[in-house]
Amino acid sequence: MLSSPTISDRRRQTTRKTAIVTDNILEMRSITKTFPGVKALSDVTIEVARGEVHAICGENGAGKSTLMKVLSGVYPHGTYEGDIVFEGEPVAFRDISDSEAKGIVIIHQELALSPYLSIAENIFLNNEQKGALGLIDWNTTNLEARKLLERVGLRENPTTPIRQLGVGKQQLVEIAKALSKEVKLLILDEPTAALNDEDSDHLLGLILQLKEQGITSIIISHKLNEIKKIADSVTVIRDGKTIETMPRSAISEERIIKDMVGRDLEHRYPDHTPHIGEELLRVENWTAHHPQDASRVVVDDVSLTVRAGEIVGIAGLMGAGRTEFAMSLFGHSYGSRISGRVYLRGKEIRTRTVAEAIQNGIAYATEDRKTYGLNLIEDIKRNISAASLRKLEKWGLVHDNEEYKVADEFRRSMNIKAPNVLVKTGKLSGGNQQKVVLSKWIYADPEVLILDEPTRGIDVGAKYEIYTIINRLAAEGKGIIVISSELPELLGISDRVYALSEGRITGELPIEDATPEAVLTLMTMERPR
Amino acid sequence: MSNPTSPTPTESQAVGGNINPTENRFTSWLSHVIADLGKNGIFIALVAVVVLFSITTNGILLRPQNISNLIVQNGYILVLAIGMVMVIIAGHIDLSVGSVAAFVGACSGVFAVHWGLPWWLSIVLSLLIGALVGVWQGFWIAFVGIPAFIVTLAGMLIFRGLALVVLQNQNIGSFPAEYRALGNGFLTNVFGEFELDPLTLAIGGLAIVLIVIQQLRTRSGRQKYGQEVEPVVWFVAKLVFVSVAIAFFAYALASYKGIPVTLIVLAALVLIYGITMNRTVFGRHVYAIGGNRHAAELSGIKTRRVDFWLFVNMGVLSALAGLIFTARLNLAGPKAGDGFELEAISAAFIGGAAVQGGVGTIGGAIIGGLIIGVLNNGMSIMGIGIEWQQAVKGLVLLLAVAFDVYNKRRSGGS
Repeated sequence: MLSSPTISDRRRQTTRKTAIVTDNILEMRSITKTFPGVKALSDVTIEVARGEVHAICGENGAGKSTLMKVLSGVYPHGTYEGDIVFEGEPVAFRDISDSEAKGIVIIHQELALSPYLSIAENIFLNNEQKGALGLIDWNTTNLEARKLLERVGLRENPTTPIRQLGVGKQQLVEIAKALSKEVKLLILDEPTAALNDEDSDHLLGLILQLKEQGITSIIISHKLNEIKKIADSVTVIRDGKTIETMPRSAISEERIIKDMVGRDLEHRYPDHTPHIGEELLRVENWTAHHPQDASRVVVDDVSLTVRAGEIVGIAGLMGAGRTEFAMSLFGHSYGSRISGRVYLRGKEIRTRTVAEAIQNGIAYATEDRKTYGLNLIEDIKRNISAASLRKLEKWGLVHDNEEYKVADEFRRSMNIKAPNVLVKTGKLSGGNQQKVVLSKWIYADPEVLILDEPTRGIDVGAKYEIYTIINRLAAEGKGIIVISSELPELLGISDRVYALSEGRITGELPIEDATPEAVLTLMTMERPR
Repeated sequence: MSNPTSPTPTESQAVGGNINPTENRFTSWLSHVIADLGKNGIFIALVAVVVLFSITTNGILLRPQNISNLIVQNGYILVLAIGMVMVIIAGHIDLSVGSVAAFVGACSGVFAVHWGLPWWLSIVLSLLIGALVGVWQGFWIAFVGIPAFIVTLAGMLIFRGLALVVLQNQNIGSFPAEYRALGNGFLTNVFGEFELDPLTLAIGGLAIVLIVIQQLRTRSGRQKYGQEVEPVVWFVAKLVFVSVAIAFFAYALASYKGIPVTLIVLAALVLIYGITMNRTVFGRHVYAIGGNRHAAELSGIKTRRVDFWLFVNMGVLSALAGLIFTARLNLAGPKAGDGFELEAISAAFIGGAAVQGGVGTIGGAIIGGLIIGVLNNGMSIMGIGIEWQQAVKGLVLLLAVAFDVYNKRRSGGS
């Protein structure tokens, strides 16, 4: 027993060592996090010095959010490997309230505010200012809220309901809420993604101001110019691994981009020899506004073409308007005040309803198959036929044996792993669910297929199968638009790439010229001011 | 190695391996039967309730007169249950059906009695009013986007009020005989008077023949398309059971007054709506919408239109239920249709409809309605007071849904 120290002994030793050697507020050492079938984080190590603004960069799906969820206790201690040392002490958070008690507050991309409660109520949600008898003391609540709002530079009445504020101001309320919890380490996930320039500038200024007050920040961002502006150091993550951490003096956009994309593109994509025919789809001046806030342009004057047999990729960062473009095109399923023209084989077509779009030869497979793509309580057969029931109609009745036959043919040809087509789609794995979605749209027999994140949440083997299916469809002469957050994937399967940024097409590259660096530069290109 | 428990499983595995061929066929047969019983659990529950009350009522429950009464007394609830389960499958609810039934009943009183219109015209006009009520509610739900719960809660008040307005605080009675037949007429003595009505027996026999033919055709169709079918023994056993049940039912009706008109109406509705929900594009769209509204929309299904027609249909069926009820009582009164909505909703849920929508069958709703009917009838015969009847029915509803939820959780559904 004496010869082998217990775990807590070892921890204590490590702790002492850390405390002496560095002044890091946070160290995450060798963090590995696996989900069934996927290694999301592999041996990630990151050190954050006290009082700095530390940026974390990486492509969508690189593992940034997972890392932050590990840190904040969303994934509790024990579900990951590795150690977290905060303020010189090893910590083992069971949930978010554990990490918040230590002063780690995370502000997610989707703000977690209750729209019908006031600013003050939101700030002190689950941290209510109680007076005598344990009742809420509204005077203290509003007074304290006012002080916090001053600190974040928000001139609003604390009793104003949240829904009356714009996103930028809501973001500030989130920070005020964090300050009320005596935050030591503030984590901001894509804080400026939904903000306009003025709000962004204010927010970045505020982060620097908080830094002067001794609050350390971790900022996850795609916007490289912002990072350059405020970060003291940058850590780049790729494929769940830390690539490097660079100090302020070494930060350059080129270096970050290189770190973000640098991986081999070999052998992950099936061979594909394009046989490109004439123009199939042409979209001109497509513009769509936000569904609630009709003054906000989400898709801005987008024009593009797809030829027969061609796989066209649309690259863009989160919030660039990729899905919004596709869904507004597909039956005006998203947005308001939609305008623009669509031509199929040179003839103008209408796509005002989904039925009309399908009828005119356009199909759209959603990025979120569970919410928008499948009826999970229904079987494979009925999901595949859902968009084309009229085809199976005979004397007013659905020919159910024919339906079974069709579905079973798809089960075989698409290699859907299920004993028969009467299995509920809710019980299938992600890859097989995606094959059902694709079967549904292939059965609808469109001319142009828009595939939004076709391989999201799918394991590597199934991805390869999906790519093969996409190639097969292109070989049959269909036009394919692929939207993907994974740049290597997009470059691996496309014949031509459009880059989308802030709702605008910022460039178009044939695949020969589409180096990751070139595309990423276009993707991060901001609107000229 | 020293673990004493470890050899046991391997041993049993080995044994299982030895008798594999026969064991396997039998277990697959058994698992099929069990799965089938699970799917038809509601049917078994009905059989259980019938057996239970046959015993507690000393066989009165299954006497010819009582069986006939069961149908006639519950006909209007079953009509409503058909429409209700469709509405529930699409993810809505309709609280107004009782009030609409009362309103339409009152209108039919005005048509047939006050105005003296021919009975058939009165019925057609009444059904049309039901359709208009459905158009009204469907408009708010489908096109304005107000939740069905609110729209039909309002409808419950509106049409109850309108029923009183139409009645002018008076009962309307003495309907023409043809009208009354809808509620308590019998198709009988067409071939003269016999101990057992031959027409009823003939229709019962025909029903059995048609069901057997239809089942055989479905089975052979599936085999032709290379689909798996259930074991032949089980298939035959089920057919025999169903045939015997129908034969017994027909015999009971034949030895009383013959086939109630209500039953004919009901049988036609079950057939039409059963096919609609299972085999038509419209029916499939209803299931698709209930299962995942977004996905249905993005598959090109015109969800608003489907919602709208569902409520128009519900309005017509509510009107029909109102007519049957009024005809049965020979009276259009202010209290008509009181609590119908709750019985119809209970029938749908006891019959296996899911609260979130997407799941349910016409047949299930009918059986659910019959279970409620047998409970009502059996407890009445036993002399159990109305207060306890209410409590028991509430409990049955709760347990039925709890069982459903438990089942889904165990099978690890979505």
